[in-house]
Amino acid sequence: MINLIALVCGTLFGVGLAASGMTNPAKVQGFLDLFGIWDPSLIFVMGAALAVTLVSFRFVLKLSKPMFADDFDLPSKTSIDPQLLAGAALFGIGWGISGFCPGPAIASVAYLNVDIFIFLGSMFLGAFLGQLGLKK
Amino acid sequence: MQIAEFEVLLPLIGGLFIGLSALALLWFNGRVAGICGIAYGVMSRATEGRFESAELSWRIIFLFGLVLGAGAFHMVSGAPIPVPEIDLAALIGGGLLVGLGTKIGSGCTSGHGVVGIGRLSVRSIVATATFMLFGVISVFVFRHLLGVI
Repeated sequence: MINLIALVCGTLFGVGLAASGMTNPAKVQGFLDLFGIWDPSLIFVMGAALAVTLVSFRFVLKLSKPMFADDFDLPSKTSIDPQLLAGAALFGIGWGISGFCPGPAIASVAYLNVDIFIFLGSMFLGAFLGQLGLKK
Repeated sequence: MQIAEFEVLLPLIGGLFIGLSALALLWFNGRVAGICGIAYGVMSRATEGRFESAELSWRIIFLFGLVLGAGAFHMVSGAPIPVPEIDLAALIGGGLLVGLGTKIGSGCTSGHGVVGIGRLSVRSIVATATFMLFGVISVFVFRHLLGVI
């Protein structure tokens, strides 16, 4: 059941990313281009997604456990530390340069474009270096 | 500020799908729909040889669904497939920064931006504001000051 839910959720998410324009890096860069010709479309993506999660999570997280699993596996960290800020800043810079964030980049594998694979290879290399660094 | 022609309906529908996916994954499976967390969870388990973990299979299946869903949308709707026009240096440099940043910053647009803010995590709100701000600065610097993207 867990795996079936994962398949349905992954597919819904992928449809959402493609439908919303998030898989088009030019559109993402247009959204971040406040000082050029700004494309506000992606505000609606985040707005609609947050409208769902902000309202529904209040109820879901009051449940004693999820429907098909034993527990809620939520991030435990709450501190605003330099690592969080540095990571978010580096991510933002890379997001601006390329127009890709991880979700849309992985969903874009469907487009079978060699550029996507170059991006993903670099992204996983960067994350792997981060993983090694964090262990020390 | 100049504003481009923009769409409302498809982004809203897309966002709704993303929100519903995050809701279902949390409600049914108790897991966070943060794509980095899911993808790097596969990477860390694979690179550390922990293949037996029950946490591995659903993650791979979710990521498969992500690709399936994006492909299915274009097949069914007939919407043109976006062709990235990004030069090689930006693909590689951007990819490295996105991977490193989301790993050490514990999340990306989905994990912090949709799920974290959805559960009113201050950490996620700060992270999202930070990567949005640096995204805007990055496009300003690389597009308008340096003219390289």
